[in-house]
Parts: sequence; structure tokens; C-alpha cells
Amino acid sequence: MSRLLATGLASAIIASLVVATAAWASCPKATLADIEDEVMCPVCGVPLGLAEAPQAERERAFIRGMIDRCRSKQEIKRALAAELGPSVLALPEDEGFNVAAYLVPALAILGLALGLVTRQRERRRSGSDHPALGDTPPLDPADLARVDAELESRKR
Amino acid sequence: MSRRASAALAVIALLAALIALLGYGVMSSQPDRAVDDALAAGERQPAPSLTLPPLRGDGSGSLSDYHGEVVVLNYWASWCEPCREESPLLQRWHRRIAPRGGTVLGIDTRDVTSDAEAFIREFGLTYPVLRDRDGRTQSKFGVVGYPETIVLDRRGRIAALRRGPVDEEFLRRTVPPLLEERS
Repeated sequence: MSRLLATGLASAIIASLVVATAAWASCPKATLADIEDEVMCPVCGVPLGLAEAPQAERERAFIRGMIDRCRSKQEIKRALAAELGPSVLALPEDEGFNVAAYLVPALAILGLALGLVTRQRERRRSGSDHPALGDTPPLDPADLARVDAELESRKR
Repeated sequence: MSRRASAALAVIALLAALIALLGYGVMSSQPDRAVDDALAAGERQPAPSLTLPPLRGDGSGSLSDYHGEVVVLNYWASWCEPCREESPLLQRWHRRIAPRGGTVLGIDTRDVTSDAEAFIREFGLTYPVLRDRDGRTQSKFGVVGYPETIVLDRRGRIAALRRGPVDEEFLRRTVPPLLEERS
């Protein structure tokens, strides 16, 4: 009877170990340090990794709790946004003055591209104003004689 | 105008636009002090509309739900130490004013829900609490810190304001006279 009980107990322990190992292996293993760099402390206005405020501590505790529950980085970020709003995701808001954060770089890139295209066109145009080497008119015989004389005098 | 001069003009215009944008950004990030100014001038401005989900349960709560009552609107968060200190006082005052047509209305902001719920349990708060997860409504009252408390009269106008934790003296001075007023 006791042998049967011991066998059953051992089987249960082995089974639970197998389940725990499998669960550990499938855990996404997000880290606090990894997430801290990609989310904000909304009250402090700085990335969570740099924040020391009490709210930052609570936010870290929330993240740790989710890591312990095997949540992936994306799941944790989604949960943070649901709790504290999208501004926690270290991305500028897409309304009001903050739209400038998206507009200014886009306009700068557009301006740069336009400038480059314009300059390229100007170069091409100014390049076509000069005749190609093959189209150069032949030298005047007098000039040709003068150049020859010049070269001859240099040889000496 | 030569091509070089027009290019220089374009660069100057671009720089001026960027500086103007920066200036606007700095100006718009300044807290709105219109409510403070009105109160200093002895005026009671109508409170802005405010609709938020409750901390617990579904649906939404609005300031207009409390029209005809004196409302002690308190912005708080569970991680805010001064909020912890003033909470028992607010709860006492809620019990005191509820039978006379008054209420404390908490706005939990920038807080983890489970932390806020633990806070409510810890202090035995029975007054209604709405949830402003990212502090979007704060700018309507010029709230920049925690806690801040705005007292509304029965007509929904802002009658008093405390930027920082409330104390017994502030509540005694502001709330009972408003309870005496008619809507």
C-alpha cells in the first residue's frame, strides 16, 4: 500500500515538474530593462528607465507582475497603454501640437528631397548648355599655329 | 532676385517657422490658470463638462450627474503620498455632507487600476470615483499636480480650489457656505 502511495506521489511530482518545465520553456521571458526603454513614466515625462518618481515605481511593479505571469513584451505594452493611456508608449500623440513631432520630420524630408531633385535638374540643364566634346568647333588655323609654336618653344 | 538670395530667404523663413513652432509648444505647455484668475477676481466660472468611466464597473459618470449638489472634486492617484494623507479627511467630509446634498467625487488619474482599488479598500472610501487614465481632463481645471481639489457650487460653478492637499480648515471655510446656497 505504502509502495503504491510512494509511486503515485513520485508520478505526481514528475508530472508537475514536466508541466512546470514546459510552461517555463514557453514563457516569452520579457525583461524589465527591455521594456523600461520603450515606455514612458507619464507623470515624469521621461522614459521609465530614467524615472525615479513614485509613479514610476508603481509602473515597474506592474510590469514585473506581468513578467512573472509570463506576458510577452507586446502584451505588457498593450496592458500599460490600457491602464495609463497611449502616451505611455514613448510615442508622441497624434493630435494637437504633438502632431508637429510627425509633421516636422516629414516636411523636412520632403523639403530635402525637393531640393535635391531641383538641384539635380539644374545640373542637368546647365550641363546641356555646354557643347559636348565631339561638337567642339575646329580651332582657327592661326590659333593652331600659335599653340604649335608655343609647344615647340617649351620643348626647347 | 537671384537664385542664391531666394534660397537664403527660404532658409530664413523655415528657421522662423521652426522657432515659432517651438515658441508655441512652450506656451501651450504652460498650465492654464484661468480658473485661479477668475477665483481671485471673485468670479465663479461654470465648470467644464467632464465625462469619465467609473473606476469600478461599466458605464460613465459625468459632472452633470451631480447638478444641484455641492461637489468636492478631488484629483488623486494611489502612488501620491499627500493623497494618502488627505483621503481619510475627504472620506469624513463625504459622510458629513452627503445628507445635506453634497458629495466628494474622486478622479483617479495616471494610476494602475488594481493599485487604485487597493487604495480605496485601504481607506474605506465610499464616495464615487471616476477614472482618468491618462489625465486628459486635468487641463480643463489647470491641474498640474496631485492632489488638487476643486469645489463646485450647486449650480455647477467653480467656487474654490486647492492646489495641493486639502485640510480641515479649507473644507470648513469653503464647503458649508456652499451647502447653504440654493441651486
